[in-house]
Amino acid sequence: MTPKIKRAARVLTAHVDAPLLSATLLLMALGLVVIFSGSNQSLPRVASQAFNMLVALGVMYAFANIPPHYLMRIALPLYVLGVLLLVGVALFGDVLHGARRWLYVGVTRIQPSELMKIALPLMLAWYFEHHATTLSTRNYLIATVLLIIPVALIVRQPDLGTAVLISAAGCFTLFLAGMSWRIIVGLATAGLCAIPLVWPMLHDYQRQRILTLFDPAQDPLGSGYHTIQSTIAIGSGGIFGKGWLQGTQTRLDFIPERTTDFIFAVYSEEFGLMGNLLLLVLFLLVIARGAVIAGTAPTPFTRLLAGAITLTFATYAFVNLGMTSGVLPVVGVPLPLISYGGTSLVTICLGLGVLMSIQTHKKLVQS
Amino acid sequence: MPELTINSGVELRNSRLEIHRFRQRLAIASGVVLFIFVLLFARFFYLQVIQHKHYNTRAEANRISIVPIAPSRGIIVDRNGVPLANNYSAYTLEIVPGRIDDIEALIDDLATVIEITPRDRRRFKRLVEESRGNASLAIRTRVSEEEIAIFAANRYRFPDVEINARLFRQYPQAEMFSHVVGHIGRINQSEVGQLEAEGRYANYRGTEYMGKTGLEQSYETNLHGTTGVEEVEVDSGSRAVRTLTRSAAVSGNNLVLKLDAKLQEAAYRAFGEHRGALVAIDPANGGVLAFVSKPGFDPNLFVDGIDPASWKDLNDSIDRPMVNRALAGTYPPGSTIKPYMALAALTLGKRRPEQGINDPGYFRLGDHTFRDQKVGGHGVVDMYKSIVESCDTYYYQLANDLGIDNISNFLRVFGFGSHTGIDINGESAGILPSQEWKMRRFKQKWYAGETISVGIGQGYNAFTPLQLAQAIAAIASDGVVYRPHIVDYIENSVTRERTTVKSQPLRTLDLKPEHLGVVKQALVGVNREGTGARVFAGAQYVSAGKTGTAQVIAIKSNEKYVESRVAERHRDHSLFVAYAPVDDPKIALAVVVENAGFGARAAAPIARQVLDYYLLGKQPAALNPPQGPR
Repeated sequence: MTPKIKRAARVLTAHVDAPLLSATLLLMALGLVVIFSGSNQSLPRVASQAFNMLVALGVMYAFANIPPHYLMRIALPLYVLGVLLLVGVALFGDVLHGARRWLYVGVTRIQPSELMKIALPLMLAWYFEHHATTLSTRNYLIATVLLIIPVALIVRQPDLGTAVLISAAGCFTLFLAGMSWRIIVGLATAGLCAIPLVWPMLHDYQRQRILTLFDPAQDPLGSGYHTIQSTIAIGSGGIFGKGWLQGTQTRLDFIPERTTDFIFAVYSEEFGLMGNLLLLVLFLLVIARGAVIAGTAPTPFTRLLAGAITLTFATYAFVNLGMTSGVLPVVGVPLPLISYGGTSLVTICLGLGVLMSIQTHKKLVQS
Repeated sequence: MPELTINSGVELRNSRLEIHRFRQRLAIASGVVLFIFVLLFARFFYLQVIQHKHYNTRAEANRISIVPIAPSRGIIVDRNGVPLANNYSAYTLEIVPGRIDDIEALIDDLATVIEITPRDRRRFKRLVEESRGNASLAIRTRVSEEEIAIFAANRYRFPDVEINARLFRQYPQAEMFSHVVGHIGRINQSEVGQLEAEGRYANYRGTEYMGKTGLEQSYETNLHGTTGVEEVEVDSGSRAVRTLTRSAAVSGNNLVLKLDAKLQEAAYRAFGEHRGALVAIDPANGGVLAFVSKPGFDPNLFVDGIDPASWKDLNDSIDRPMVNRALAGTYPPGSTIKPYMALAALTLGKRRPEQGINDPGYFRLGDHTFRDQKVGGHGVVDMYKSIVESCDTYYYQLANDLGIDNISNFLRVFGFGSHTGIDINGESAGILPSQEWKMRRFKQKWYAGETISVGIGQGYNAFTPLQLAQAIAAIASDGVVYRPHIVDYIENSVTRERTTVKSQPLRTLDLKPEHLGVVKQALVGVNREGTGARVFAGAQYVSAGKTGTAQVIAIKSNEKYVESRVAERHRDHSLFVAYAPVDDPKIALAVVVENAGFGARAAAPIARQVLDYYLLGKQPAALNPPQGPR
């Protein structure tokens, strides 16, 4: 019996990457601990997030078992579907908190921009794989257009945070696919020149957020309040922190969005610089493992996909930590694997599942 | 697919090139990620190590709020413990005007739930104008339990309106004591400045009111108490979460007065509809037994901020209820000055008691004639008769013989013309004329003719009822002048320890007992057989008194004063000074009744009622008010 169980276990875990899973589980555990504190010790909140985690881990496991060439097949249809849904949102979407992000489809509301987070790198990776042998400047420009279409639709919603993350994922793919430095510099210059054109198109609150970044004290009770209070929380944490459940900024409600976007301020206040170091190391572990998987992936599609997923994950972490500690504008990006909320958790774990799939299906491709 | 074999070599090379380029790019990206993470760590290091102290201070400042605890104000009771100023707790609805955009709209809205009168609105408007900083101001005070319940049900509609329980000052005796107890009022900007200058402002952090007049003002430092401090942990909505440290407030000290509330009431009632003032003093120590200024006003109006209409009424009233007549009103003493003139004559050797003069009914100086009230005169008048019958001619002559400076110097030691030093503020010094005074005041020489009217208490001289009472008390106590004081002792609110207000004599006058005896005998004669005899008929004690009539307008020398021809406000003031019982004086008093005519008619009956009450416990005859206009 025992060898049989062992074999069954080996088959079941064949596509799970142990290093990636361990780092993920550690980060998730940390998240539960901080959510408990940030929610004023609400066990239902913790339980609800634990349930989200189980779902996300299920999704991760499922995608880890899907071979990469199946993903290649769905890349184009998924992208087209995603763009169509975004157009649908623009036309018939529900307005929530002043932004049109949700689309009602029969039974439930969905947020198509979330789907695009995985569909775009998938599409671009597929496109470059398809044209791997005959890559020319024209291909890179077409890929750029494929990137701009969904990003423009998301900016219009408006959802600046998601647009930044999705365009980052796309840009990483283009960069890793070997876009020449001339084009990169050219597009970057064009992008900078576009700022004066884009600025008037932004919503007041978006402009305010960017301006507040440069001088939070200018509006201490308005949009600067979030940044000021989270910075105070981090700074007052010191080297070793105030201790779990002991953060005054947390307990007394000074930190906004304590379990979601600003959860890092809670963590940092209670666990200090040492806690931050631990968190950075865990994130770097995930990123390093992703980079190794990308570097050893057998095909252009898997390489690009793994690279894009890894760099997007890093961007998630960097943007959130940057905004919470007052060096980036407040753009509503959750801290990966830590922040409360099912959607981002599922998206992140889906990406990590794809990484696992690429890693564990290598030998099959090679053989 | 058919081309696959042909191009396989190229493809392999391309593929290797592609992998190489990919790994290069991946290495660059990884380097950038690592660099960014190092930057993040540097940022955390900066915030948590280098700037830690700064941010920790700010976090503490966020969290801890220092809340002052206002002490409860000391109470004021009369000599028998009757409360004259005390505190009661009541609910208020309060708003911080600085936090509201449209106050009018909020009040209109609030008025749909709870009664807000136009008076409340006016009062609130005035509070807003006078308020300091971001003070929480009451739109409604004395809110009933029922109203609180109604408001609570609608609480969600008014997040900016707070219900507070506050201590309010209450003056149970209302206008009867308004001029002696005084009142408190909201602290204004200039008082803030003064408190700061005196270094007392810290103690007023939680206090909104302070004494403005009367004892409330002069004993402010005793009554106020010590403000406590509470360190409270607050959340981001400024709601108190828990108390960290607390040092309790120490209540203000209580004042126990010499004043007798029942006597004050008797005196106040005795005035009836008349305006005027009465001061009664214990001749043995200067303690003030009654201190009436009529009309009074309701000091309770000021407690939660007076509304502009009531304020205007009080200030514009022709009766001037805000003027403390006993303390700051100055009146010519009229004939009540005569006993002192007689004493001056005896002391300075200008008259002997039995020395008589012939009174033809007038006194002539140069071509000016000074008339006696009694047509045809009093005949032969000695000192006793001059006081008992209040003969003017006797004192015209005497004044002429003494000269103004002798009169002035003699009267001064009784306290005429200078502050008595009573323990409430706002005292008038009055006017004690002299050559030097006239030169200083008018840059003019003194004329001998001016001395003549001073002899009968007319002319320039004008004294407060308080000074008149202090002087007659000095006669009663055989020449000992006390500083009048209203407060008997201050009772420490915690230890119950008593601090007695000193009643040491200011000075003892250098008077010969036989001279004093002559004057005192004459004062007894006034009430037995003279101008006060009718009023004091049947009194069960022996009293001494002197009537006085003070002219409000000058009557030409060839005219006679006819009361009915003179406008009410221009009629003579009626005065009376008295003490009793004569062998062991317990009470000395001065009464001034404005525009009420002869002293014997209006002022003496009031004195009689007050003495009857104080010495015999007889209630004033409320159904038999003194005759008089109004």
